[in-house]
Amino acid sequence: MRLNYTITLPIALVLAFAAIITLGSPGSEGTANKAQPKNAVENEGCLRCHGQNRYTYLNTESGDTVVKRMYQECTINRNVFYSSIHGNFKCIDCHSEDYDTFPHPGRLRMETAYTCNDCHADDPMYAKFNFEQITTDFEASVHSTKHSKEFTCWMCHNPHSYVNMARNEKDIHKTIEYSNSICLACHANKDQYQLLTNKDNPNILEKHEWLPNQASHFRSVRCIECHSAISDSTLVAHNIQTKDKAVKNCVECHSSNSRLMATLYKHEIQQQRNKAGFINSGILESSYVIGANRNYYLNILSLVIFGGTLLGIVIHTSLRILKRKKNV
Amino acid sequence: MSDRIYLYPIWIRFWHLANALFFLILIATGLSMQYAAFIRFDIAVSLHNIFGILLTVNYLFYFIGNKVSPNGKYYKTTWKGLFSRLAKQFRYYTIGIFKHEKPPFPVTKERKFNPLQQFTYIVAMYAMVPLIIITGWALLFPEVLFNKLLGITGFRINDAIHIIMGFLLSVFMLIHIYFCTIGATFTSNFKSMVNGFHETH
Ligand code: HEC
Ligand code: HEC
Ligand code: HEC
Ligand code: HEC
Ligand code: HEC
Ligand code: HEC
Ligand code: HEC
Ligand code: HEM
Repeated sequence: MRLNYTITLPIALVLAFAAIITLGSPGSEGTANKAQPKNAVENEGCLRCHGQNRYTYLNTESGDTVVKRMYQECTINRNVFYSSIHGNFKCIDCHSEDYDTFPHPGRLRMETAYTCNDCHADDPMYAKFNFEQITTDFEASVHSTKHSKEFTCWMCHNPHSYVNMARNEKDIHKTIEYSNSICLACHANKDQYQLLTNKDNPNILEKHEWLPNQASHFRSVRCIECHSAISDSTLVAHNIQTKDKAVKNCVECHSSNSRLMATLYKHEIQQQRNKAGFINSGILESSYVIGANRNYYLNILSLVIFGGTLLGIVIHTSLRILKRKKNV
Repeated sequence: MSDRIYLYPIWIRFWHLANALFFLILIATGLSMQYAAFIRFDIAVSLHNIFGILLTVNYLFYFIGNKVSPNGKYYKTTWKGLFSRLAKQFRYYTIGIFKHEKPPFPVTKERKFNPLQQFTYIVAMYAMVPLIIITGWALLFPEVLFNKLLGITGFRINDAIHIIMGFLLSVFMLIHIYFCTIGATFTSNFKSMVNGFHETH
């Protein structure tokens, strides 16, 4: 039999190594929906109009029932609202009770919206989120400095849909997608963007063409990984900086002290210390980042093999010199 | 008193020169990426991609060359007695050579490689190099293969094979170059790879 295509040996070797590398990668779980929303009945008073794209009301002057379109911005998806972080709320916890009349009284336009800190600041229950630091970081960010009052926390944290993925979602790719969708709501949507500025919306895909495998990067890292200054005391860094300060240096992530460990994988790392063997094993659960994932045992093994080979060569050379024919 | 046999046709020499060069660049850029050390990462990525493609083309050249030219015959061997031939050659390299014994499988027109050489060349050229090339191309188009077909586990196994093959081939190269110094003189095998003639003792 010919030996030309003998691949069994290396394949066996390889599978053994590969088995070491793939060990232990748990599956992911979805976020569970709440069974019966707490204030569902009461909120129907609002959602019967705001819960879909059209609403009906009785025209008290003509006596007709009128069907009208609800403005997109005023439409709230029930499921999304009830599984959001403030989904246990009544609408009127945040909005005036006077909204129960229709047409809504004109003076309600003057109602000022709550801010996050109205409810969360200096509350020990929320100390772990560090709202104070987040607020400081946000106020230093490009969005806040360029737009001050118009740009509020609610711009990114939609009051009727915000969920906390960073702490609760096991599948890191879902967290990434969610987080990036927050940014892309404006940065990939001209109308939304131009609510704040008259500038042209820069094309995100074109602006990041320098990044190879862009699609795969945008699936594996969040925008804020590159655009926010790392903050030690908050889980999600909120200080988004101007484009000239964004991370462009690949080695910030592709290295054993990857930036990702202080950003994207911070939560996972706080929850579970590194698994034996792998440097940056948190990353390995979901991605294979060249340079950032290394196996400690494989590293040692390769050093031993390499060192052994060199040693063998040195010994062999020495013997050849010692035992050489004297007359040559 | 040395004889000269013409063993390395010009195409093999060109192939080999390119192969060695590409390999060294791939090893340097590969190490740099994995250990983020000495070459700027994005440059290393681009170089590694370009030379990986060049190596593939060069490998096809070698593969087809050995199919259509007589050089292919040097890579044919049989299972029968393989182990004892390998052992014999191994004994020569570890003991016999220091006692100035005659090599058990002297180089002739019909036998360019001794059994150990032949075996490692076959494993390297027909198993490890194809594997590293295939896994490398898969890494070049991860979207296609892994998102649609194999998922992250497939990606990781693929990546592991690529890195392990790279490592084994680096070790192969080290040993290979060292053994090339065991010729009629210290440098005669290297000269063979330039002028095509093998010198015997
Ligand atoms: C009969 C349908 C109907 C019901 C019931 C209703 N709304 Fe509205 N709501 C509207 C329409 C139509 C608009 C947009 C026109 C406007 O601003 O009056 C609106 C606008 C609003 C706005 C935006 C006002 C602004 O500043 O632009 C808020 C806030 C609001 N509704 C809250 C509520 C709350 C809270 C409830 C329940 C207590 C409620 N609505 C019940 C139809 C309704
Ligand atoms: C956690 C507080 C909170 C709860 C609960 C809440 N809202 Fe709001 N809502 C807000 C804030 C804050 C705004 C203003 C957002 C902004 O400025 O971008 C708002 C805006 C609105 C708007 C106007 C949308 C717009 O873009 O102008 C409507 C309509 C509305 N809410 C209806 C409701 C209804 C109906 C419910 C109950 C199902 C509800 N809200 C529950 C805080 C809340
Ligand atoms: C009207 C008061 C109020 C406002 C305004 C408000 N929150 Fe809350 N928030 C609460 C309450 C109360 C809870 C607890 C809800 C529960 O447990 O069902 C909560 C829960 C949360 C949680 C989850 C806490 C946990 O333990 O999981 C986060 C995160 C959060 N809010 C963020 C925000 C952000 C960001 C804003 C501003 C964009 C905001 N909140 C605005 C009252 C508020
Ligand atoms: C430019 C968009 C943006 C703005 C503006 C913004 N945030 Fe966030 N915030 C995010 C993103 C993205 C996340 C991560 C969401 C996730 O994955 O759960 C987040 C997460 C959070 C969390 C949860 C962090 C944790 O530890 O779990 C809090 C609390 C929070 N933001 C508060 C605020 C407050 C308060 C403001 C205003 C001072 C604000 N945010 C403004 C984008 C923003
Ligand atoms: C509500 C819309 C909106 C959202 C949401 C939003 N942005 Fe922006 N962003 C803007 C606008 C508008 C500007 C332009 C600021 C200017 O120059 O006036 C901007 C500017 C920026 C800049 C500065 C670009 C420069 O020219 O230096 C960066 C970086 C940025 N955004 C990143 C993000 C990231 C990351 C997120 C998500 C966490 C995000 N943005 C979410 C609207 C938004
Ligand atoms: C790998 C790091 C990285 C990631 C991930 C990333 N960016 Fe950037 N981004 C940059 C760098 C670096 C620049 C500056 C590019 C330049 O100046 O040529 C930039 C530029 C920008 C700009 C300014 C464009 C302009 O020229 O006006 C915006 C807006 C922006 N990014 C938003 C985003 C959003 C939204 C996401 C997530 C979908 C994102 N970025 C993801 C690194 C990144
Ligand atoms: C914010 C962190 C970050 C930065 C900055 C970054 N990368 Fe990546 N890169 C990643 C992650 C995470 C992955 C893993 C993708 C995956 O899950 O497949 C990756 C994967 C890759 C891959 C493998 C291709 C693939 O699809 O898996 C290449 C090649 C790559 N990066 C090159 C670069 C280059 C070149 C730069 C600099 C210009 C760079 N990266 C900057 C985080 C980063
Ligand atoms: C700088 C690095 C290298 C040097 C200096 C080198 C040197 C040599 C020399 C001197 C020979 C002749 C062998 C002899 O006469 O016994 C040879 C042959 C050979 N080398 Fe290399 N080599 C290098 C890299 C490689 C690499 C990376 C590979 C493959 C992965 C390789 C594969 C081969 C093969 C297959 C032959 C036999 C060629 C034939 O069919 O005639 N070499 N090499």
